[in-house]
Amino acid sequence: MRKRIILAVIILLIGMGVAFFVYKTEPKLNKNFETQRAFFKKFPFRLGLDLSGGSHLIYKADVSAVPSGEVPGSMDALRDVIERRINLFGVSEPVVQVEHTGGLGVFSLGGGGEQLIVDLPGITDIKKAVEMIGQTPVLEFKTEAPKDAKPQTVNATVDKNGKLTVPTLDLGQHFVATELTGRYLKKATLERDPNTLEFKVSLQFDDTGTKLFAKITKENIGKAVAIFLDGAPVSTPVVREEIPNGQAVISGNFSPNEAKLLVGRLNSGALPVPIALSSTQTIGATLGESAVNAGVKAAIIGFLLVALFLILWYRLPGVIAVLALSFYTAVLLAIFKLLPVTLTSAGIGGFIISLGMAVDANVLIFERMKEEIKKGHSIHDGIHDGFKRAWSSVRDSNTSSIITSIILFWLGTPLIKGFALTFGLGVLVSMFSAITVSRIFLYALGIKKSNKLTKFLFSSGITRT
Amino acid sequence: MILVSVVFIFTFGLKPGIDFKGGALLEVSYTGARPEVSMLESAIKKQNINQALIQPTGELGYLIKTRDLTEKEHETLSKSLSFSGKYPGAEKGFTSIGPSVGSELARKAILSIIFVIIAIILFITYAFRKVSLPVASWKYGIITIITLLHDIIIPAGIFTLISHYTGAEVDTLFVLALLTILGLSVHDKIVVFDRIRENLREGDKKDFAHIVGTSTSQTIVRSINITLTIIFVLVPLYLFGPETTKNFALILTIGLFFGIYSSLFFASPLLVWVEEWQAKNKK
Repeated sequence: MRKRIILAVIILLIGMGVAFFVYKTEPKLNKNFETQRAFFKKFPFRLGLDLSGGSHLIYKADVSAVPSGEVPGSMDALRDVIERRINLFGVSEPVVQVEHTGGLGVFSLGGGGEQLIVDLPGITDIKKAVEMIGQTPVLEFKTEAPKDAKPQTVNATVDKNGKLTVPTLDLGQHFVATELTGRYLKKATLERDPNTLEFKVSLQFDDTGTKLFAKITKENIGKAVAIFLDGAPVSTPVVREEIPNGQAVISGNFSPNEAKLLVGRLNSGALPVPIALSSTQTIGATLGESAVNAGVKAAIIGFLLVALFLILWYRLPGVIAVLALSFYTAVLLAIFKLLPVTLTSAGIGGFIISLGMAVDANVLIFERMKEEIKKGHSIHDGIHDGFKRAWSSVRDSNTSSIITSIILFWLGTPLIKGFALTFGLGVLVSMFSAITVSRIFLYALGIKKSNKLTKFLFSSGITRT
Repeated sequence: MILVSVVFIFTFGLKPGIDFKGGALLEVSYTGARPEVSMLESAIKKQNINQALIQPTGELGYLIKTRDLTEKEHETLSKSLSFSGKYPGAEKGFTSIGPSVGSELARKAILSIIFVIIAIILFITYAFRKVSLPVASWKYGIITIITLLHDIIIPAGIFTLISHYTGAEVDTLFVLALLTILGLSVHDKIVVFDRIRENLREGDKKDFAHIVGTSTSQTIVRSINITLTIIFVLVPLYLFGPETTKNFALILTIGLFFGIYSSLFFASPLLVWVEEWQAKNKK
């Protein structure tokens, strides 16, 4: 008996500790938040874009030119490049992820597209966001088409936004693409020709790039090799000899600023595959904040209503259930903070539903307990049997919920994933709180005798039965 | 009910939202007074955007739905809506989803519903594997799915009726609501079936129909109470919750109501009916 009471007290203390942690780490609740030790500042809720405000961009990548085996590799390279670009501008916690659409794991039917999803919290100006990712340079090297075509040099300019303008010239079709692209670029440097004082951009390829470049130059001695930027030729030098050291120079009548900008863009990474913006979404910060406030308000009112109902209907076990539910809420919120789980409005929906499931487990157990007591068992045996018999239905129904949430997490769109994650976690924690916490508390009460008072406390309904 | 709902779905049709068919959604709010809808319409027409749906939100805002817009189109549209500073305001949110992304989302949503249904049949077959007499456990699974269809089709039907009048559209949250109804309704069915399983195991010599009847009445209080508690959560979510989850809460409430109704008055009789039909065939 004493053991059970000690256990119950320990659970209560843990619950209070967890709740205190949640309270301390939340700037909105804790007025002294600014003066807190750094430890508490490390765990705020991570809010999704729909709640914190920000931009959500989806780019479609054109991988038609990439051999199918290398697609995942070049998509990862693309993600790294975009990430570097965004980091240059100091966005806090950007999320850049590659998504393979079409085939779904086991269902690799092929033919799917490759997408790049970019989340920029706090950036609500899409124009700025798109600019940040930039009219990114796609660097390509092309060789002369077998057809007899005159090599031409074109003067390209780069304006102050980093946009490239090239006189319209139907030149592209005279050249054929090679494997050498910006993917194999190691670094770009700004140079000045000592004789002509012209600004040039010199390129250094990595190992693979060096080999490719050597092969291209060897096979094309006496012919032009065009350097294309963003699909337009910037420079078409004629190859005089094989270049084995992996160095190339782009000379295109650049002004100092143009050349500098180009170097910066090339260094932050030339894109291995071209991308096009296919979807955008921005959520203003005020919209997100009002959604959070409304959600929190709804959740609190809902919780109070449920607590009131449980206590009125189930009396003493109801009080215990409310305690267990509070424990459950505190633990779940702490998990959200620690993992951390990114909370979106759908995720909060999942959380609220799992709260319902947690109540469900309690209700199942209490109904069963009541039945057993009615059958003439003592209250102690009733509690015992109630838990034992309700267990199979609690287990089966929650297992089906967990299976559902795993499938949704696996297949779902990002919004559904958020829902599935909080829902699944919630169901797991709720099973623990309903089965373990409620039981420990009920036993700790140590009710052995049946008298009018205990009978009243353990029966249910609004009327006195 | 199912028939009526199916009729609703077919006559009014489910309107896919921009999540699924692609399109743009612009939410603006004005600081002083907001311009008339007709003014906005002509301003939008000027941008070469043919169809636009304009809905007032709150006191000073509008929701504008159009085809999907490029960033440039969005910028000019956004500028034109202030009528050169006559109606100062701010853009609160903008979403543009390309048609290919939209169909991808729709495909994923449908796939996930199908997978969830298959997984539930398998799980119930497994969970009730010991209960093969008098009705095989996979039949429990099939019956669950039939009643689940009922639980989903009715709210979907009611939703089409609502959307016919309010212009609400099927978005990801709608799919989410249906999935949640699925989950809760499966909970319900499992609780009833679990009771049947237990009563069967206790070896009552009574006939199957009788056991099913007792089990149903034994779980009825729990079913009603749990629905009540969830509705207690949903009503504040509908009344005070964020704008985006209003429809979600509404569909969920409707779905829950019919979910309870179906597990009590539909799933159990079906089970009895299957058993009787089997018995008849044996003879």
